[in-house]
Amino acid sequence: MDDNHIIELNGVNFFYGDFMAISDVTMAFEKNRVTALIGPSGCGKSTLLRLLNRMNDLITGTRIEGEILFDGKDIYAPEVDPVDVRRRIGMVFQKPNPFPKSIFNNITYAPKLAGITGRSDLEYLVEESLKQAVLWDEVKDILDRSAMTLSGGQQQRLCIARALAMKPDVLLMDEPTSALDPISTAKIEELIGELEKNLAIIIVTHNMQQAARVSSKTGFLYLGRLIEYNVTEKIFTNPDMKQTEDYITGRFG
Amino acid sequence: MAEKRHTSTHYGKELRNIKEGLIYLGAMVEKAIECAIRALVNRDTELARKVICDDGEIDQLDVKIEEKCIRILALRQPAARDLRFITTAIKINGHLERIGDMAVNIAEKAIILSEEPPIKPYIDIPRMAEVARGMIKESLDAFVHEKTSLAQKVRSDDEIIDNLNEQVFRELLTYMMEDPRKIHRALIIMQISKSLERISDHAVGIADMVVYMVTGKIVRHAPVCKNVE
Repeated sequence: MDDNHIIELNGVNFFYGDFMAISDVTMAFEKNRVTALIGPSGCGKSTLLRLLNRMNDLITGTRIEGEILFDGKDIYAPEVDPVDVRRRIGMVFQKPNPFPKSIFNNITYAPKLAGITGRSDLEYLVEESLKQAVLWDEVKDILDRSAMTLSGGQQQRLCIARALAMKPDVLLMDEPTSALDPISTAKIEELIGELEKNLAIIIVTHNMQQAARVSSKTGFLYLGRLIEYNVTEKIFTNPDMKQTEDYITGRFG
Repeated sequence: MAEKRHTSTHYGKELRNIKEGLIYLGAMVEKAIECAIRALVNRDTELARKVICDDGEIDQLDVKIEEKCIRILALRQPAARDLRFITTAIKINGHLERIGDMAVNIAEKAIILSEEPPIKPYIDIPRMAEVARGMIKESLDAFVHEKTSLAQKVRSDDEIIDNLNEQVFRELLTYMMEDPRKIHRALIIMQISKSLERISDHAVGIADMVVYMVTGKIVRHAPVCKNVE
């Protein structure tokens, strides 16, 4: 495995029952880089993203072929605990989904389960995570308040902070701003740029301008296949594949 | 290559509209050059004044096309081939507008020269103008049909113009040395020759942008295949 790679997919096929949702995908995600996955609805980009931390395990009747290496180890090997995988590969979803608890407890929930119990350790972790998610200044005086009282954009940053509290190596983001207004979106995008220094981010988005703005590499998926995987600038100025060009210029369908 | 249509037909129409505008602008500046040279050769000051006056229309169309391009950039956020098309269109627009200004320069010089007796009949200047006009036409054909081979031809034609320009320069130099009273007129003709040379440079600029539009490569500063002695 290349030293710059954090995750590698080799000949990955994935099935929902008989339906082949991902077909023969081979690609590598780099450390400290933002990678975007784009493609029309149903192309398999969310499925692909969810394969990376075994979220699809939760759906019955699914099957995977090929291998997905994380840090050189196959995450689908029988001895691997999916919970460990998810600890190191965090995820943020389309709709902000904070726990119906206080802001403080949202962040500390997972670390406590992982065995961190010292009050000062937890306080430090809360501050650090919220600062990383650029939410600290807005909530530092209301940490006991319910997370549900925050705005959508703040909730989403809280979810990011919650994911960061586990110090993951990779952060998966599935349409993280599609439910947010432009200002909150800009804040999250800014945040993505900051987080890139510490971890790898893989983002699925329907907003192609967002993919263009935040990522350094972009993968275009269509009908479960990886049509093109290239430097983002190349994809948006002069892609190699005609299908990619047709999609990003709106000549599809 | 069969071109897939835009999902938004309106967007496709807007892009075509810009292309048509540029073809029209190209025809206008070609005509301006042709008239300016005819005014020079026939000592027709009325025609020269018309060229100067008509440049206002070229300027207006230039602004209109640029506004349309900016509008698409702002509202459509073009990508890939559309992005390359729009950036190319903006630059071609600028080149054509400058060519119009060169035609005005020539027309102005034609008026000045009409007030004095001719040094000699014009031979090389009309030839240069003919080649330059051909280059503009070919560079725009290359743009419309996305043909890089045609764009390459425009690049090599530039050499003909450069050689003619040098020839005109040498010839005028001998006239000036023979008779100092001809210096003023000779200098003005040199400026006309220079304007034509600039026009051909603009045509090359257009051709280079066509290469960018088709291939994504910026070739503007690539060495031209010239037979340097």
